[in-house]
Amino acid sequence: MIYMSESDKPVSLQNYIRLCAVVFLVIVCTTSAMIATSFSHLGEGWMLKVGIILAIAVVNAFLVAGYLMHLLTEKKLIYTVLGFTVFFFIGLMGLTVWATNGFPPGTVSH
Amino acid sequence: MEIPYTVQNRPDTGIYNAKLGVWLFLASEVMLFGGLFSAYVLLRVGAAPGDWPHGWLNVTLGTVNTLLLALSAITTLLAWAACKVRDFGKFKFFHACTILLALTFLGIKSYEYRDKLLHYEVQLTNGKFADGHFIAESKDFDLAKKTGTFTLHGHIVEDRQELMDLRSPEAQAAKHEVITIAATDIKKMGNYGPAHNTFTAIYFTLTGLHALHILGGTLVIFYFWGPGRRMWKTDPERFTNRIEVSGLFWHFVDLVWIFLFPVLYLT
Repeated sequence: MIYMSESDKPVSLQNYIRLCAVVFLVIVCTTSAMIATSFSHLGEGWMLKVGIILAIAVVNAFLVAGYLMHLLTEKKLIYTVLGFTVFFFIGLMGLTVWATNGFPPGTVSH
Repeated sequence: MEIPYTVQNRPDTGIYNAKLGVWLFLASEVMLFGGLFSAYVLLRVGAAPGDWPHGWLNVTLGTVNTLLLALSAITTLLAWAACKVRDFGKFKFFHACTILLALTFLGIKSYEYRDKLLHYEVQLTNGKFADGHFIAESKDFDLAKKTGTFTLHGHIVEDRQELMDLRSPEAQAAKHEVITIAATDIKKMGNYGPAHNTFTAIYFTLTGLHALHILGGTLVIFYFWGPGRRMWKTDPERFTNRIEVSGLFWHFVDLVWIFLFPVLYLT
């Protein structure tokens, strides 16, 4: 018997292999869904496609972080560290998007 | 001197030191890749309509690499689980699988880089563009002196814009053939390396940095599979914790690829 990270719930190696197989199958399915979305015709704009594809990528990321990295059963301190990381990451991306059209006066565009 | 809390959890943090250390390191890695992803967003949103390349990367190879990394993340986890149940034979097997999968990933990535570096866009003096893969050049080929010939396998287009969307019906229908061009007919030429345009620049930067992480992670995993496994005999608990933290790094590398693949290959 082994113990999944900080959880007190014991899991056998066989159960663990089964869980990994399920996670891998879901990743195969979500990756296929991303590719199908990429080659589908969802109107003229690319924003909708990008939105859907990235949403599926977030599902993939949740599976890896939640189950393979054991984030679903981690200690509070790890969540605190990741909370700060998410805050600064959102700040980084948010500032980038906010500044996208913010050209200084007199900027010449080619 | 004994290093404290390599096996036992610290009473104040509730985890052993290496685990907290690797999570702090991963937090800094998120910001490193986050900076590059934000650069990608700026370049992508700032590109004029039709100016951002589409379909330049091989989706099949990207998909294979995605599945290879996902599988390697699982074998890494199972290697740690095997340590937990004290099955060293299975640990060695799963870690060997991880190393092989990682090397296959790097091999495919190298093939993709080679493909891009041998792919040329040649601006002709008549205003047209020849685009294709390098085959050969004559011994006396010198663009500056305008001597010799350059041969590639590809096609000629009237407008450079036609090369931007390789998923378009026109691009799919284009017939590729062997084209030999005299140096006197070439105005300018260059391969699809990082200097080609902003897309290739950010593509090589992001995937290059990611590949370096894969290489570094593979070296660490190889160390624990090879010379570093001696610790298993003396301190199996500590060895198991080492496998866990190296596994956390490996899963992070997989997480980065989960976003790189759709952003670069699919959108």
